[in-house]
Formats: sequence, structure tokens, C-alpha cells
Amino acid sequence: MEGAADHFATLVALTLAAGTPLVFAALGELMTEKSGVLNLGVEGMMLVGAVVSFIVAATTRQPWLGALAGAAAGAAMAAIFAALTLSLMANQVATGLALSLFGVGLSAFIGQAYVSVMIAGVKPLSIPGLSNLPVIGKLLFAHSPFVYLSLLLCALVHAFLYRTRAGLVVRAVGESAGSAYALGYPVVAIRYFAVMFGGACAGLGGAYMAVAYTPLWTENMTAGRGWIALALVVFATWKPERVLAGAYLFGGVTLVQFQAQAMGIAVPSQILSMLPYLATIVVLTIISRDAATIRLNAPASLGKPFHPDT
Amino acid sequence: MSQWKKWALSVALTASAVAWLSPVAAAEPLKVGFVYVSPIGDAGWTFQHDSGRKEMERALAGKVTTKFVENVPEGADAERVIRELAQSGNKIIFTTSFGYMNPTLKVAKQFPNTDFEHATGYKTDKNVGIYNARFYEGRYLAGIVAGRMTKSNIGGYVAAFPIPEVVMGINAFTRGMRSVNPKAEVKVIWVNAWFDPGREREAAETLVSQGADVLTHHTDSTAVVQAAEAKSVYAVAYHSDMSKYGPHAHLTAVTHQWGAYYTKAVQDVLNGTWKPGNLWGGIKEGMIKMGPFNPVVPRETQELVNKTAADIGAGKFHPFTGPLKDNDGKERLAAGKVMTDDVLSKMDYYVEGVQGKLPK
Repeated sequence: MEGAADHFATLVALTLAAGTPLVFAALGELMTEKSGVLNLGVEGMMLVGAVVSFIVAATTRQPWLGALAGAAAGAAMAAIFAALTLSLMANQVATGLALSLFGVGLSAFIGQAYVSVMIAGVKPLSIPGLSNLPVIGKLLFAHSPFVYLSLLLCALVHAFLYRTRAGLVVRAVGESAGSAYALGYPVVAIRYFAVMFGGACAGLGGAYMAVAYTPLWTENMTAGRGWIALALVVFATWKPERVLAGAYLFGGVTLVQFQAQAMGIAVPSQILSMLPYLATIVVLTIISRDAATIRLNAPASLGKPFHPDT
Repeated sequence: MSQWKKWALSVALTASAVAWLSPVAAAEPLKVGFVYVSPIGDAGWTFQHDSGRKEMERALAGKVTTKFVENVPEGADAERVIRELAQSGNKIIFTTSFGYMNPTLKVAKQFPNTDFEHATGYKTDKNVGIYNARFYEGRYLAGIVAGRMTKSNIGGYVAAFPIPEVVMGINAFTRGMRSVNPKAEVKVIWVNAWFDPGREREAAETLVSQGADVLTHHTDSTAVVQAAEAKSVYAVAYHSDMSKYGPHAHLTAVTHQWGAYYTKAVQDVLNGTWKPGNLWGGIKEGMIKMGPFNPVVPRETQELVNKTAADIGAGKFHPFTGPLKDNDGKERLAAGKVMTDDVLSKMDYYVEGVQGKLPK
């Protein structure tokens, strides 16, 4: 029986580890979208975050410093996006797509010399006496520090958006930028903040992959997780706690399928890899059925540019 | 076409015309081109091809200059790159990925005086030869090591796509393992990607969680070896020696060696004796070698691997010699029979000892 419990604990640990990059990236995108901006550049920001964190970790031998640099790099990428869409009024969808493509190329370019480099990476938590407890230890006390950080971030984002005045203002800007502006709030500055926070989170998600999950740098190593994170925000109907559930669901789907394969049960893996997007379309269809539900869930001015002068 | 490009093109054309007309041209080194599907990196499929290119360059120093283009997607882009290499005077061009097959053939028709060599394909032409390696020979040897080192009697295999080349590797590994450890079983996870370090790692960890204590992989990154190191189990690497990614875990590696083949092909072009061939080379031709052994592999096991390798090289032993049953118990090859290359290259079932069903 203990074997089964232990096996379950392992599966939970694997799922948390697989879902964590999605949690970071999707929470960031959630904040961005709550302020009414749609940034499709998540994949690019993750990759740049990954490569910068890896380079810094490799040169300073400080993986945490690397993670910090990765977040900063993600924020810098987002700042480019913000400058183009918020100040120069470029189309958000086109700019976001361009940012993704740009990030793929840029990260490959600056990471060229680091493909063969080895780093120590962030080790999973190990608390003497707790981490090696049977089952419980594995379930609660032996994850990567990034996993705890992502849970904390989720709580913070939730508290910020729904328990603070500043969060209320961010949401107001996302609902009706014109009204918020008329009340005297600096709409563009608030959106800059939200977009750059989103970039930092995406960068952190990439950094987690490069310095903790698979401590290596290779071109395109996030392999589409940025796009899943985008889908995840819609799937979660813009609610942080649902992002968490969705991330573990989407991260766990692959693992469950792998478990099934290893046990000799045939599951068509192609179906499972399209599941996140399928689920997103279903959710989107459900919440779009009538005007009331879509108003309740989606930020009303999502993707709409805001001209202060008009 | 921009003005700049027109200008560059006219300069290039003039330069090549001058090169063509000048009598010195005859004494100039032979130009050799390579097309790679991914960046060279530090380990993996393309890295091994590039090592082969360098080995050839050293062996024929002064007689050749080489040029490579890396990270070329299979398809329309490949055709453009191959054509450019042919146009810029490369006399022999190696295209090193399966998906380059049709682009290579197409360009070859337009450049009848240029020779082409395509890796892992099956179509040839007047000026297109093909070459491939018998990866399964190395897999069998890797299986012997795994069979001797496992304590749980479960091997774990992270695989990319269910195509015959990958399937025959799984089967050879399993047969190798069971040749020394009849109780051994192999669990396979398909990740549906040649390259996705995250998923490769997840698959590796899943296999470990289900009891596998020797892993191997038919994917391109070093993630499986790293996962094995982190989980304190063993791994046999593929393509390249990856021991620095898992100093404790890495038992040995099945490596591809293309240098000798490249040297011979280019030498043939220099001699004017090149002919389009169809080589499926293995241990005998030096195309497959085992990497250095980790000291934890007992000497006796190392000797067994070396002896089996010698037997395979000498043609005394074939990893697919009957009796051979698939994992439904159906006999696929009668006792004493050796599988023909034709049947082998279409393998679409798991042999006895592999768990699960092959995805169709």
C-alpha cells in the first residue's frame, strides 16, 4: 500500500514540476490581460528569460541570480512590446506575435556559445527530517524552490487584484480604460506596469526551465509552453486560482499519458497534446455564449488600444 | 530582389566566372558542402556529422575546403540551401537529414556535375548516393550493458516517433538486455518530438518512478542522461558521448562516426572514381562505436560487449537472429534465421520483452 501512496506522491511531484513554468507565464499574462492588454509574445519572453538566466547562472555560478536576470530580461522584452503598443499605438496582436518570433531568434543567437555549457542548477528543497519522510515528505517538502515561489506568486497576484486598491485600479483600466482615465488614473503607466510584470513572470518561467527543471540551454527549449500559457489564461477565465488548477491539469496531462505508456496502456499522445487548446476553445465557447458571462469574465477592453487624447 | 542583393549576386557571378576561366582553378582545393538539420551544439545527431566533417578535413588537409549550413529546416528551405551550395561550386554535398531526400534529388537533377550524398534516405540517382548506419548494432551492445547493470530488471526507453529506425533500436536494445538477463523488460515512452528537453525529462522521470533503473533514449537532447544523474539511476546515451552531463549515470554511449565515410567519399571525388552508392554501414565500417565505459561497468561486461561487437563486425553474429517472437508471442523469425535488411528496415512490432503496444 505504501508503494502505491509513494507512487502517487511521485506523480504529484512530477505534475507540480511540469506545471510550474505554465503557472509563472500564465499568471504574468493574466495580469497583463487584466489591464486590458493582450501580449501574445509569451513564448518569446520565456525563451529570452531562459537564455539570459542560463548565461548569468553559468558565468556567476549563482542560479538564483540567473533567475533574477531572467525575470529582468523578460520584463525588458515586455517593455519593448509596451513601448510599441502603448506609446506608439502599434497593433497588439501583430506586435505580440512578432515579439514571440523575435524572442525565438534572439535567444538562439545570444545562447549560441552556451549550448554546451553545464551548470549546477537549483536543487530541489531538502529539509533534514522533513523532506525524507515517507510520502508526506515527497508530497510537501521536496519540490524545487520555484514550485513554492509559483504558489506564493499565485496567492500574491490574487491578493493584489482582489484585495488591494491598486489591483482594483488595474482591473478598472482593463474594463474601461476611458472611465479610469476620466477618474484621473494614469492608464498608460498602469498598463506599462502590468505588461512588464507579465514579462518578468514569463522570464521567470523560462528561467525555471533553464536553471532548475532541465538545467541546460538549447534553442527553443520551452517548446511551445508560452502558447499553452496563453491558452491557459482563457481556460482559467482570468482567475489566478484557476490558472493554478489549469497549469497542473495541462502539465499533468503529459505525465499521465507517459505513466499510461510506461504501464503499457496505449493512449494516442497526439490527442493529449492538443487537449489544452481544445479545452480552451470549449471554455471560450461556453463563456461567450451570452453577453453576461463574457462581461463577467473577460476584461472588457482587452486588446483595445487607448488614446488618451480622444 | 533588392539593389543590394542584385549587386552582391553580380559580384558573386563575376567572381565565379573569373574562377572558372582562370587556369589556377584546377589546382584549387575541392569544395565540399554539408547541410545540417539543427545547430551543431555539443552533442547529438548534427554534432556527430560535424565531427565527421572535421575528421575528413584533417585527413585530406590542403586538398579540400568545406562549408556547412546548420539549422536548415526540412522542406522548401532545404532546397534553396542545397542549390546555393551547388551553385557556389561545391563538388560534393552531404545532406544529413531524412527530410532532405526530395530537395536533394531535385537539386541533383539541375546540377548533373555535382555529386550528392544523402544520409538515411532510400532514393538514389545518377549523382545521388545514400548512406546510413546500423544503429541497432550499437543498441544491442547497449542492451547488454543495461541487462548486466539493472537491479530492477526494468529498462526505460525515451523514444521520439514510432518509425522503423526507432522501433528496431528498441527491439535491439531489448534483445541485448535479455541476452544476458532473461527476466529483463523494457518500458517505452513516446514523447512525439525529436527535441523537447522538458518532455524528455518528464518521460525519463516517469520511467524511473515505474521502476526503470537503466535509461536510454532516441531523442536529441541530453535531458535523459541528466535526469538519470539526478535520480541516481544509470543511462546509456545515444548519438554522442554525454558522460559530462551525467558522470555517475552515464554507463556508455552508442555513437555515430561518419569521418571515415566522408573521407572515403571525398577522396573518391578527388580521384574521379565516385559512384552513387547505397551503404548501410555498422560496426564493421566503423560507423557505430561504443563510447568509453564508466568504471562502474564490470570488466567482464566490458569484455563481453567488446567481444560481441567484434562478432557483429566480423559478421559472425546478428542482433536479429531467430528465434524471434514479437511481444504478442507470435513467431516472426524461425530459429537460426537471420533477418534480411529489407524486412529489418520495415520493422513495425515490438519484440518479446518490450511492454505495451506500438502506437500505429
